[in-house]
Amino acid sequence: MIIANTYTFKILRYDAKEPEETPSFSFYQIKVLPGLTVLAVLMRIRDEIDGTLSFRSSCRSAVCGSCAMVINGKIDLACRTQVASFGDETIILEPLPNFEIIKDLVVDLTPFWTMYEKIKPWLSRKQPDPEKEIPQSEEERDRIDQFVNCILCASCYGACPVLARNPDYMGPHAFAKLERFMLDSRDERSMRSLEEINNERGVWGCDTLLRCIDACPKDVRPTDSIVGLRKKLLKYKLFGKRNDED
Amino acid sequence: MHYHDILIVGGGLAGLRAAVGLCERYDVGLFSKVHPIRSHSIAAQGGINAALANNPNSRDDTWEKHAFDTIKGSDYLADQHAVEIMCKEAPNIVYEMEHWGCPFSRFPDRSIAQRPFGGAGYPRTCYSTDITGHVLLNTLYERTVSKGVKVYPEWFVVDLVIENGQCHGVIAFDLINGKIIPIRARATLFATGGYGRVYFYSTNALINTGSGIGVAYKAGVPIKDMEFVQFHPTALIGTNILMTEACRGEGGYLINNKGERFMERYVPIAMELAPRDIVSRSIQTEIDEGRGFDHPLGKYINLDLRHLGENKIQEKLPGIRKISIDFIGIDPVHDPIPIMPSQHYSMGGIDTNIRCETEIKGFYGAGECACVSVHGANRLGGNSLLDTIVFGKLASFSIPEYLESDGLTTPDESFLLRKKEEIEKKIKRLTSEGSERPFSIQMDLSRTMSACVGIFRTKDELEKALVDIAGIKERYKRVKVSSPKLHMNYELMNTLELEFMLEVAHTIALGALLREESRGAHFRRDFPARNDAEWLKHTIARIGADGKPAISFKEVVITNYQPMERKY
Repeated sequence: MIIANTYTFKILRYDAKEPEETPSFSFYQIKVLPGLTVLAVLMRIRDEIDGTLSFRSSCRSAVCGSCAMVINGKIDLACRTQVASFGDETIILEPLPNFEIIKDLVVDLTPFWTMYEKIKPWLSRKQPDPEKEIPQSEEERDRIDQFVNCILCASCYGACPVLARNPDYMGPHAFAKLERFMLDSRDERSMRSLEEINNERGVWGCDTLLRCIDACPKDVRPTDSIVGLRKKLLKYKLFGKRNDED
Repeated sequence: MHYHDILIVGGGLAGLRAAVGLCERYDVGLFSKVHPIRSHSIAAQGGINAALANNPNSRDDTWEKHAFDTIKGSDYLADQHAVEIMCKEAPNIVYEMEHWGCPFSRFPDRSIAQRPFGGAGYPRTCYSTDITGHVLLNTLYERTVSKGVKVYPEWFVVDLVIENGQCHGVIAFDLINGKIIPIRARATLFATGGYGRVYFYSTNALINTGSGIGVAYKAGVPIKDMEFVQFHPTALIGTNILMTEACRGEGGYLINNKGERFMERYVPIAMELAPRDIVSRSIQTEIDEGRGFDHPLGKYINLDLRHLGENKIQEKLPGIRKISIDFIGIDPVHDPIPIMPSQHYSMGGIDTNIRCETEIKGFYGAGECACVSVHGANRLGGNSLLDTIVFGKLASFSIPEYLESDGLTTPDESFLLRKKEEIEKKIKRLTSEGSERPFSIQMDLSRTMSACVGIFRTKDELEKALVDIAGIKERYKRVKVSSPKLHMNYELMNTLELEFMLEVAHTIALGALLREESRGAHFRRDFPARNDAEWLKHTIARIGADGKPAISFKEVVITNYQPMERKY
């Protein structure tokens, strides 16, 4: 026999269209079967109790990156977090930090995408394309694997202490994406194109507190990319190379 | 009023590929109800088919063999010229995506890796571990960013404006700002995805409501072969999250409660790698006849990967391992995965041809929302990613040809303004009167579809489904959304979509009732044989003057492959 436990969900409510109202918590009591996820409960609350609650969701299987939020103080995807995993009868849900709230648990990701675009997130080639595939070894493919796995959910951005004090910082996701291309054996971008990140807004701004690694639901380690990019910048300063004739 | 030369609705693979092909010559606007990177293409796992002949066991593979497998897999309902175009284009598509940065897995000779998949004579499914949709969608999104495509994220299209057989644009709902906005366009492409959420048990994302198909249908566009619904054999019990066919492609077994690899009884040669319709029916039969396992979340069959060993599982199926651990607490290295068949893919959709054209001038469809048909009565695994990119690309060729020839030059503003008023009135009614909660209507609809229009079908069940759907449609007239505010009102968006889900469900159930034969994924217990003499034809549904679907039929295009008995 499976027993449903009653939980209290305490959810931050705010509407940027009504800025005179300060953010406040709404409380919802709901019976939850073991195994149910935070996202499943959010959907039940919106369906059955309060149709005005706003949150993003789509794949419900931790691949689309829609539902990152703060769950009992920890950033994670609502869809892969089990309600019962906290051993606590109160679950507190808040929107991702380091963003403006649009409504309730939905934040404005514009700065996140702006920084993503800044690093030119696409394969940069100088040679003409071959008729078939560009050859790549299994080892070369493995080298980019962890960064390829990034689902752009913005958990790392929300967790980053540098962004909390400096909104101009580009964010861990941007460096992880850039390193995905820098490490790709097929990419031919020049070191000169890295000037964008060669400053305090870029990779030199990181405190290496590794909060982004803790927050990532896909086991990506953005700090690895920051360290990797710093090394490349230093090496280039000392020795030059990597397509420096743009 | 917004204007774009070309308006693309949907930010998955089909929509993005079309945008990439069109944006340099035309003013393109891409509208998506979620940020494009959240589109459901992201969730595809196993791979994309192309006869590259990279696998040492497939050196003599050709696109013609790929076409034959696809046509046979479709139970001969696919239009063969369309299949030939898709399979011939497949290697170009894969190479193009690779050149644009797609990180495919590799063979030791540094070529793109290919794995075996169901219903295919050769290992021709190109992949990136088990996140192929993720890498393809990221690659195409990166390409759209590099080209500066104008994207409107979180804009939901609520209506299509057609006058005198000509499309003039759409009415969109800007979710964040709560505005209803008409958008004029000379050509409109729908790439809005499938309708999985019409079913209770589905591997699909929550956004896959099929509303794009329903919007087109309600606006007068014919839709095709709606009764053909793919049920994926292996979805995790409880959440119905997809467990890729690659689990079996890499050697996984299906095991019943007697410890048997029961596929031996149904398809002794192909075993677990028979096409999806056949494997799903086999699993359902095992469960129905008491050879499944019991679980509080439902009855299930085991997908056993243990004999593959930790190294192979971690190398080829890391995402499956992580999902199993995260969502059901099972590590497939040590324990089998409990699975059941679930709705997975919409073979039917907007009636399009090989140029992505519909009957309506200036209105196009591509990807899962469209039915060319390249999948016929049953789609092969690895062909859906291919379909999206091939036909997204073909749309980017045919739309300019139309615009440069007899294309509409100035879409009419007045039609759009009138439509906008209608939508505003509709929203006013949804938010002011009524007593029915939207979720309860959607729940009843999806439960009806899973119970009565599933893997095995009968006349009685299908008739019951139609009666139920009629009743649910009546209840929808009294539906009420909690808040009259328009911005960030997801309940309102869901309720607007629900109207179209009801129509989609209605055409599926009606098509299934009328088709008195079994073909591919459509299996009638009361008509268990394929009947080419009477039913080798497409079902077309268009909305009648009375608001009900009017059904007609259309010939299947046969080129080189005469229908034969389908044996594996």
